[in-house]
Amino acid sequence: MATAQAVSSSRSWFKSLELVLGILFAGGIVLVVLLSPALFPDGGEGMDLMARLIPPFQSWQHILGTDPLGRDVLARVAVGGKISLMVGFLSVIGAVIIGTLVGLVAGYYRGIAEILLMRFVDIQLALPFILVAIMFLAILGAGIDKVILVMIATQWVQYARLVRGSVLSLRDREFILSARAIGVGNGRIIFTHILPNVLGPIIILMTLQVANNILLESSLTFLGLGVDPLIPSWGGMLADGRTYLQTAWWVSVFPGLAIMFTVLGLNLLGDWLRDYLDPTGQTSK
Amino acid sequence: MSDTPNRQSEALLSVRSLSVEFGTGQGTFKAVKDVSFDVQPGRTLAVVGESGSGKSVTSLAIMRLTDYTGGRITSGQVLFRPDGGEAIDLVQASDARLREIRGNDIAMIFQEPMTSLNPVFTIGNQISETLILHQGLKGREARLRARDLLQKVRLPDADRLLDRYPHQLSGGMRQRVMIAMALACNPKLLIADEPTTALDVTIQAQILNIIRDLQQEMGTAVIFITHDMGVVAEMADDVVVMWKGEKVEQAPVRDVFASPQHPYTKALLSAVPRLGSLKGQPLPKRTPVMVMDGNVAKPVGDTHEQNTADYTKPVLQVDKLTTRFDVGKTFFGRVTHRVHAVEEVSFDIYPGETLALVGESGSGKSTIGRTLQQLVEPTGGTVRFDGRDMGAMSPADRRRLRQEIQYIFQDPFASLDPRHSVGYSIAEPIIVHGLINDRKARERRVHELLDQVGLLPQHAKRYPHEFSGGQRQRICIARALASNPKLVIADESVSALDVSIQAQIVNLLMELQEKRKLSYLFITHDMAVVEKISHRVAVMYLGQIVELGSRQAIFENPQHSYTRKLLAAVPIADPQRERASVRIEGEIPSPVRPVGQEPAIHRMREVAPGHWVAIEADSLRGAA
Repeated sequence: MATAQAVSSSRSWFKSLELVLGILFAGGIVLVVLLSPALFPDGGEGMDLMARLIPPFQSWQHILGTDPLGRDVLARVAVGGKISLMVGFLSVIGAVIIGTLVGLVAGYYRGIAEILLMRFVDIQLALPFILVAIMFLAILGAGIDKVILVMIATQWVQYARLVRGSVLSLRDREFILSARAIGVGNGRIIFTHILPNVLGPIIILMTLQVANNILLESSLTFLGLGVDPLIPSWGGMLADGRTYLQTAWWVSVFPGLAIMFTVLGLNLLGDWLRDYLDPTGQTSK
Repeated sequence: MSDTPNRQSEALLSVRSLSVEFGTGQGTFKAVKDVSFDVQPGRTLAVVGESGSGKSVTSLAIMRLTDYTGGRITSGQVLFRPDGGEAIDLVQASDARLREIRGNDIAMIFQEPMTSLNPVFTIGNQISETLILHQGLKGREARLRARDLLQKVRLPDADRLLDRYPHQLSGGMRQRVMIAMALACNPKLLIADEPTTALDVTIQAQILNIIRDLQQEMGTAVIFITHDMGVVAEMADDVVVMWKGEKVEQAPVRDVFASPQHPYTKALLSAVPRLGSLKGQPLPKRTPVMVMDGNVAKPVGDTHEQNTADYTKPVLQVDKLTTRFDVGKTFFGRVTHRVHAVEEVSFDIYPGETLALVGESGSGKSTIGRTLQQLVEPTGGTVRFDGRDMGAMSPADRRRLRQEIQYIFQDPFASLDPRHSVGYSIAEPIIVHGLINDRKARERRVHELLDQVGLLPQHAKRYPHEFSGGQRQRICIARALASNPKLVIADESVSALDVSIQAQIVNLLMELQEKRKLSYLFITHDMAVVEKISHRVAVMYLGQIVELGSRQAIFENPQHSYTRKLLAAVPIADPQRERASVRIEGEIPSPVRPVGQEPAIHRMREVAPGHWVAIEADSLRGAA
């Protein structure tokens, strides 16, 4: 503990840096994506076959270069972010809400509810994702909303497991017992005493999962199960640029950088948020 | 306080101007400041102090174990003379040399015997390891020697114990194993850091006896770190008193108790609850506590007889309460064993009265508290609160009962949610029972409660980790009082606190009892505190009450053999007193029984008005 205190002054400085960089990276990218309809009215679809594969930083018109069809890479990264961010965020938010509720109920009430829910979770975890996705999308048809649904349906179980584990260790803690002794009801115990204490690990898993799902969307699209391949998305551009990696690296590197900075920014923000929510200021939990 | 040069030269260990620092966010924290003392061969030095006094850090620094806990020895010497010859300065010694000394010449015993033993190795393996490492013994020899050591700490059936795992032993047995391990290499110096604090009093008495005997037998010098002045009086030859990282007093044990010099020592001694201090007085009594204010000790509070009990109509009537837990199931889910935590226990509590429930671990005293607070379901019996049968109440009424009965836990830090401000925690019972719905009025009430327990209104916005242990317990008391309860169950609520804080909290509880006509069910193992606070006492043993009576009757005329044993085991803070010649032996039996094997219920007889004693069967007399 004493060593943890020793680094805490440099730590608080590092914490504010985390916040600033997080806002800069994730916030900047989200802002560009949101403004993309105004900045790039052609939606990144404008082809110019005379200007194919222009390298980046050569002309003001195409700062990040052009792809094999002469489309502006910057415009496509900005426009493509819409699909990627939507898939990334909505799928994670949906999965967190369902998974956390299930985990709280299973961990707190135990008994038959826990047995049924957790066995279901185990079965779901044992199924390969691609198989479930193919089955799902074959029945429902492709589309961004279905892609998000598949992700929620397959990923909530991870949150459920995580939350249940944390709740199990919390529910026998003395402050929960003392809340019960005072006459606090179950609902209130779950939401005011247990939930705030399990947020830390949830936030960490969330930030990692956003990146995962942005990439997952591109794999599904690649398999023809996801979004319409003509609509630009980061994952899709990454896959398209693969064949040109030797000759035109910029086609796939810039969407890759966009994913990287989004995720890095979110991780920094998540880390900061977790510490901010913990009044004791200890991260080792 | 100054040592003669002559004595210095023969000292086994000389600590000279030792200072230890810990780095923190706000700079460095000096845990130990310029401390010097000597340990003579074959003698026991007690280092006494409250939490944060630096006594444990000092003991760790001697073996340079502070290197591993983030501390830094900034100055001073630790001179160690293993063979009475050339002194080694442990502060400057190489890591390799230190490893030779640790466990070999200087051994250590820690407070928590469970965490100091490795759960995946047998007892035999763990003792042998030390022997193989330091003494170069081979497997078979090491095992034989390990068996000798277990016999030395008077563990019965040593042969079989060698193959057991730590979790199969009781706390007292584990501590004996730790002592056996510490003594494995015939150390010159044994450092014992609160070795009996986590143990029951009767077990503590046994462990202290063993340490004392072995010390005489082997001539080992002992540094005994403790906060318990009773233990000091029984064990020590010399005493070092530490306060805020400094040594404030050093003297032979009799002098420290007879004529303490430093104001802190005086304050410390005045706060120690002494068994027998209220002899001949029928009522419990509040007495002033000496509190350190800067460098002077000032008395706080007044002397006041606690004449609060009203014996017309009981507030709580417990009749043949039984609580059992199922443990051990067969593959098909049939219960094979049950913990008979509470068996047909009956007692009443009257308004304004404090009933103490005393017993050792496994006696079921906490289970009674938890059953009354509806945290545990009873197996049988009736509980009446204000004349109404709890078992026949509607769920809404039972919920309301949690407003009228409140519970204070042992560990105030663990019982407060770290994520909420203390203001919120105190307001919570008011919110959940819908007592005050106006936000502003609720805030005023929280401030009022904080004031009543001796804290400031601005403390409401802070979080539990920003308070000291005593302040946290005050917060828990404020929380318990928030819903205006009639009965407060205090479960070992002062046991984890330093004595001076403990005395203040006990006074606070008594003061609040008088102001609010509160009834207390005071659950504890500490007989000295019981004598100070309670009107009546119930002694529990293995889930049943063996003796129930007024405080005076229990303390001055104990009838049951277990009550006598419990009283005899309490260490007395008086070095002049003759050490009890009666040996206390035996473990506390387990309350776990196979299904179908019910314990016999004691019959009680009234030896004097209101003084009930269980009729003792010979078997119990033998066990106790």
